[in-house]
Amino acid sequence: MDAPVLADMLDFVIAKYNYWGIAALMMIGLYAMIAKNNLVKKIIGMNIFQTAIILFFISIATKWDATIPIIIHGHGAHAHSIHAADYMNPLPHVLMLTAIVVSVATLGVALALAVGIFQRYETLEEDNILEQLKADESNLR
Amino acid sequence: MIWQLDVIILTLVIICGLAAISIRDLLGAAVLFSAYSFMMCLLWAIMGAVDVAFTEASVGAGVSTVFFVAAVFRTTRSSKD
Amino acid sequence: MKRFAFIGVLLFGAVLLYSSFSFPPLGDPHAPANRHVSDDYIRDGMKETAVPNLVTAVLADYRGYDTMFEATVILAAGIACFFLLRRYRRKPAQHRLYRHIDTGVILIIEQGGKEPVDSKEFERIDYHWVPFDLVVNKAAGLMVPFLQLFALYVIFHGHHSPGGGFQGGVIFGATVILLAISRDLRSTTRLFPERTSAFLSSAGLFIYAGTGFACLLLGSNLLDYSALARLLAVDPVMARSHGILLVEIGVGMAVSAIMIWIYYNLASAGRYDEGL
Repeated sequence: MDAPVLADMLDFVIAKYNYWGIAALMMIGLYAMIAKNNLVKKIIGMNIFQTAIILFFISIATKWDATIPIIIHGHGAHAHSIHAADYMNPLPHVLMLTAIVVSVATLGVALALAVGIFQRYETLEEDNILEQLKADESNLR
Repeated sequence: MIWQLDVIILTLVIICGLAAISIRDLLGAAVLFSAYSFMMCLLWAIMGAVDVAFTEASVGAGVSTVFFVAAVFRTTRSSKD
Repeated sequence: MKRFAFIGVLLFGAVLLYSSFSFPPLGDPHAPANRHVSDDYIRDGMKETAVPNLVTAVLADYRGYDTMFEATVILAAGIACFFLLRRYRRKPAQHRLYRHIDTGVILIIEQGGKEPVDSKEFERIDYHWVPFDLVVNKAAGLMVPFLQLFALYVIFHGHHSPGGGFQGGVIFGATVILLAISRDLRSTTRLFPERTSAFLSSAGLFIYAGTGFACLLLGSNLLDYSALARLLAVDPVMARSHGILLVEIGVGMAVSAIMIWIYYNLASAGRYDEGL
């Protein structure tokens, strides 16, 4: 292959690699949520899925050659003009900042449910819990 | 944003995520998840989302690890898969 | 089941990979997400709110309604943890351990034995006790005030640097959790009782909503802080900056108290008796 084709391919990879990484993280999280037997593992998978979505939002907010969304020489000097292309997009940052804090709150609720299940069934494995549930049901009949 | 650094840390994030869901010891999974969160925080700092990175450093790598350790302490440490 | 899940996840990944080709390239300033309203935020945010950190400005002012209900979700999660785990009845079984403070001798008191409650010479230790460590105990105690000062700095300097109510609140909550880990849960709940965390979490949200409703009462829209200019005796732009500060304080109080509350419930499985 000659050099211009390689450069084009590199440009293409640079433009897309973040989305591929996000896809990989989402697959890891989804697999853990579906296939893992342990409840804490499922919760870790849920968190990995959440952070992958947050990473997606942050990566669509980036701009090349832009800086962090804090106005330089903020105070007093209103005179100088501000170009939108010089700063990262602050809106996805805001939405994801609150999403992270909400994710830790939901993590607390999920772990509280897991602790409650353990107190009742003495196990965190999904198949053992299902067995005990079936046994309870047949005892009731 | 430096894309070379970004690729390296993205790889580390994926490795940490895979390790966190495949290790059998739940305390180890909690610590690996903390490492995952911290790598994610570095990734966001590179992408210029400093506020989000700060939140993730305090929430993801700090408090949520403590929650996981507390839950593992109150339940069991071993896992079948 | 596992094979089924694997195939499903691979299909999901294939769909994501296919859709990634139609996304705009990474870091494109003209991508759809970076146009329209966000350009206005960057250009006019500083002029309209006098807050250089645009994330804080958008968080608490332009998108204040969103943040208010995010804080409500966090409060709901804290209350859900409380209702899921809290048990008021004491566990009757198992013996209790007491440590003589001067000599370090451990007493095991069997069930039914007389316990040295409120004694100056004995202190109760956890059932899963760890050896008393002076270094961990004192070092954590020394770090806590500085960490709390840093948390307050993060909240109050959030206008000019990364930070704000959420981050500062979480750091403040983490200091109390650090105390609870390095000492024990009982002494920490004496310093920062459950009642205080329940009160502070609702009070923080009340400050947020109250700031919004104060604007409404002053004849403006909900959460339009420029209406506070008459109360605070500043011009409307600075009033928006001060309104953001008030809101951030409320968020910080609520988040710190809820983090501590969730930790108490999780670490003691709702009994508030023995912690991590």
